[in-house]
Amino acid sequence: MKIVVTVKQVPDPNATQGLESDNTIARDREVVLDPGDEYGIEEGLVLKEAQGGEVILVSMGPERARDAIRKGLSMGADRGILITDEQLAGADALLTAKALAAAIKAESPDLVICATESYDGSTGMVPPMLAELLDMPQLTTAKQVEVSGSKVTIHRQTEDGYQVVEAETPALVTVTAGIAEPRYASLKGIMAARSKEVKQVGLSDLGIEKGEAAETVLAVNDAEARQAGEVVEDDGSVGVEKIMAVLQTAKVV
Amino acid sequence: MDFALTDLQRSLREEVLALGKRFPLDWWAERDRAGEYPWEFVRACAERGWLGLVVPESYGGAGLGISEAAVLLHAVGETGAGLSGASAVHFYVFPITPVIRHGSEALKQDVLPRAAQGELLTAFGVTEPTAGTDTSRIETRAERQGGRWLINGQKVWTTNAQNAAKILLLTRTSPRDDAAPFEGMTLFLADLDRDACEVRRIEKLGRAAVDSNEVFIHDLVATDEQVVGEVGRGFQHLLDGLNPERIVIGMEACGIGRAALRLASAYARERVVFDRPIGANQAVAHPLARAWADLEAAELVGMKAAWLYDQGRPCGLEANTAKLLGADAGFAACDAALQAHGGFGYAREYHVERLWREVRLARIAPISQEMVLNFLAQRALNLPRSY
Repeated sequence: MKIVVTVKQVPDPNATQGLESDNTIARDREVVLDPGDEYGIEEGLVLKEAQGGEVILVSMGPERARDAIRKGLSMGADRGILITDEQLAGADALLTAKALAAAIKAESPDLVICATESYDGSTGMVPPMLAELLDMPQLTTAKQVEVSGSKVTIHRQTEDGYQVVEAETPALVTVTAGIAEPRYASLKGIMAARSKEVKQVGLSDLGIEKGEAAETVLAVNDAEARQAGEVVEDDGSVGVEKIMAVLQTAKVV
Repeated sequence: MDFALTDLQRSLREEVLALGKRFPLDWWAERDRAGEYPWEFVRACAERGWLGLVVPESYGGAGLGISEAAVLLHAVGETGAGLSGASAVHFYVFPITPVIRHGSEALKQDVLPRAAQGELLTAFGVTEPTAGTDTSRIETRAERQGGRWLINGQKVWTTNAQNAAKILLLTRTSPRDDAAPFEGMTLFLADLDRDACEVRRIEKLGRAAVDSNEVFIHDLVATDEQVVGEVGRGFQHLLDGLNPERIVIGMEACGIGRAALRLASAYARERVVFDRPIGANQAVAHPLARAWADLEAAELVGMKAAWLYDQGRPCGLEANTAKLLGADAGFAACDAALQAHGGFGYAREYHVERLWREVRLARIAPISQEMVLNFLAQRALNLPRSY
């Protein structure tokens, strides 16, 4: 089974975040492999170990995004493709999806695994766009994935439980953070990664024109501050009743 | 010149820092308080293959160099694990290096795969109460009797002896000769037989998690197979490992300094006194900035020394310089960090005091700053020997 996992390098979630003057995310700081992508890589590796095949990491980003791929290769993925091109700086979701789709199409994978959304942009738009461009069914927010023959079945996380969803491969699956505990890269894995291939391609290699941006961030505003809650003073006689009244109003009891 | 870490070194560093998140400062504070060996951390290091870092691949290790060991241990220090974390890894990696270079095939087969897996903890028994830095005057002796060796004597500052299964022992096998004082010593990797060795823990200023001990040895039996290298050449075999150890200790101290600076700068950004963050005061900011610069310099020498060693070039001056500057820069960083915390720096809750206590050791061990300066005076400046 040929599995593609999309990976992205993002500003370190533990560091201070910032925006450029055009409201795109500032990337002039410490960067890491998107923690959400580690779950996708893990799931890809688990499926490969069960069924054989190959895990290919595909990333779009500047030259240094190679580090994000290297991390995945150290975990055990087989090879990587880095789409890097100056024209892609500040690319929106659609252009990102087009570039990824072109690189992935050339591999004809059985399964494409994405995180539900990236840590930094958090739009969650690239995976569905990618599925459309690849003409694949998309199975989203999987907390469990099984592949049997040409059928992929997932447990789709919902607010109150899960749905069982299946599709024919090739298909695109987005995975949640709960799907599996990402493995660490052992020293042997890190050593093995040194000889694994990372192919670098640009827009012209993929036959893509940059075109007009489909989205522009007009403004960025702070989230509304939380309102102060209601304070119930308890003199020892009325506290329980008041709390019960609040809970009943909220219809939680 | 290329100052960049290799991909492998960067990956290794990232993995260490990632593991550090699973062993936060409070975890280490508890090991320190209870004087508990950090087994869980060591097991995690073993699973990741780090304990076999310098063990050749043919014996189940990674066969990497001192540059990688320096990166690894620096990063361990940087996580906030302090010397408790760094020593725990360090004393898996270093006591076995004479075996890698000089051990018989049988000894290597017996010891190295298990050491690489983290299944064999070795105590390091070189120093003696009456000899100190003057190693040629050690009195622990090994005598041949009936086809085996009987070892008697006393060691002090023996790391890991509470839990170790083996002990690397430097012994006298022939009397000291003033004309050749470093001849006639023999290195053993003996079983730490509790019936023949009484182990007494030394209560100390810091690094309580990793035990240091007095070891009283009475009729400890060792076999010919447990001799490391040649009989009578033990000191020379040990010497090979001293430069790498100094490089790595310097880098450990720098890593600990980094952890302290991280804590102090976070504190100085957030702590508001007289209506502004204390970090806005140069009297707070400058010592931290100076410490940062000193760490940069010490790390550069450390990595240069490691590079020289891995290239097979002489590195005595650089290795000693790395330990000298690393120990000073690491301690100065912890001290500046403690000062920046004001009264809270003295409180255990803020963790800097533990780093400060632990890193202080690097100025004494494995060799004192003063002996390093003696060495540099003689070897770099061709000055007369002063002791």
